[in-house]
Amino acid sequence: MAAERGAAAEACVGQVVLPGDLLLLPAQYDEDAEGERLRLSAGAAPVGRLLCGPGLRRCAAGLLVTKCGLLRHRPAGGGAYWVDSQQKRYVPVKGDHVIGIVTAKAGDVFKLDVGGSEPASLSYLAFEGATKRNRPNVQVGDLIYGQFLVANKDMEPEMVCIDSSGKSSGMGIIGQDGFLFKVSLGLIRKLLSPKCEIIQELSQLYPFELVLGMNGRIWVKAKTIQQTLIIVNILEASEYMTAEQRKQALAKFSGN
Amino acid sequence: DLPALPVPGDTSVLAGVYGPAEAKLSKELPDRAALEVLLRPKVGLPGVLERSREQLLRQTCEAVVLGVLHPRTAITLVLQVLSDAGSLLSCCLNAACIGLLDAGLPLSSLFCGVTCALDPDGTIILDPTTRQEQEARAVLSFAIDSSERKVLMASTKGSCSIEEMQQCLAAAQRAADTIFQFYRDSVRRRYSKS
Repeated sequence: MAAERGAAAEACVGQVVLPGDLLLLPAQYDEDAEGERLRLSAGAAPVGRLLCGPGLRRCAAGLLVTKCGLLRHRPAGGGAYWVDSQQKRYVPVKGDHVIGIVTAKAGDVFKLDVGGSEPASLSYLAFEGATKRNRPNVQVGDLIYGQFLVANKDMEPEMVCIDSSGKSSGMGIIGQDGFLFKVSLGLIRKLLSPKCEIIQELSQLYPFELVLGMNGRIWVKAKTIQQTLIIVNILEASEYMTAEQRKQALAKFSGN
Repeated sequence: DLPALPVPGDTSVLAGVYGPAEAKLSKELPDRAALEVLLRPKVGLPGVLERSREQLLRQTCEAVVLGVLHPRTAITLVLQVLSDAGSLLSCCLNAACIGLLDAGLPLSSLFCGVTCALDPDGTIILDPTTRQEQEARAVLSFAIDSSERKVLMASTKGSCSIEEMQQCLAAAQRAADTIFQFYRDSVRRRYSKS
């Protein structure tokens, strides 16, 4: 009755994996101790650390899949495996750039709703050029684009709007007007990938400003309300449209 | 945060999973997620039978969901019965599993529900209809997990001998293979579109 436990990880790359699947790694990753010995004796170069990404957990026999999705692999830098899954619920991760909505001002700290299980906190000093005398002008209901400084399962997430050198690099309060809407996390990752055709094609249609938050929130602002709404509808629909359908939809609008 | 809808035969249950979301202070657990299951019958208010089924579902889901990854949060699973033609508990289990899978919650394995009915003459009927359930001597429901076909939950109504229970369990484990293959095919279809 026992089903075969475990398939080789390399064989499953690009295929759908379900929770409970066990992925076996090639032996070289498991023999850390042997790797040390090889290094000293100038033998084969050690393989480096294998990164176990979202959707996978390390267990005694190999990698246990915890989310359903497509298995991906990146051979660079010691190799990384992760599961590409479609989700709508965001879980804060350190270093992610997200759009938050200010819900409360509690003394020196703003509380932001980022779509996770807890509101994130943002100190008023975490803006570029902010001092105790020069406070940023943030009201309840404003949109903030920032990144997570602290985000783990045990602590309340903290955000900042400056990077490690003190520059804002595009983060901070998002201006007036524009339209904020929510999409699935998979679409955001697709839009943020280096050669995304959707954004290139849309920019040929109308000029617009776009802010993408890893928590599934997108903020769009174009010259008129109608153009903004057209862009919003195309972005929402592009999750399910194929490339041809998208080109047809855009051709209809650019003809006008 | 997504509803899922599996339909074995004519029994259908709609499942919606919400979470991990903020938990009320009275309900939050410091080291794991608090899982809550709500089962709504097709007509009427939820009664004692729904409450006991909610507990069975909750304990099965807690065994599988990796709650330690989301402490102090609440995960809510809402099941709405759309039609009931027999084998309701196993249909709810299947709907719950697909709902959790769809929502992207971390799971250590999948599970499925199988119901067996024992005829007065000893024949085992899998996934019985309401009529077969009423005429049967005993109705057994099992929740089987996907990694080693172990039993997560067993619920019995009626009387049967230990050998008969073992036989029903073996039949359920075999039937579970078909259900897990169905899960795999559905997920494959979903991801083939993107």
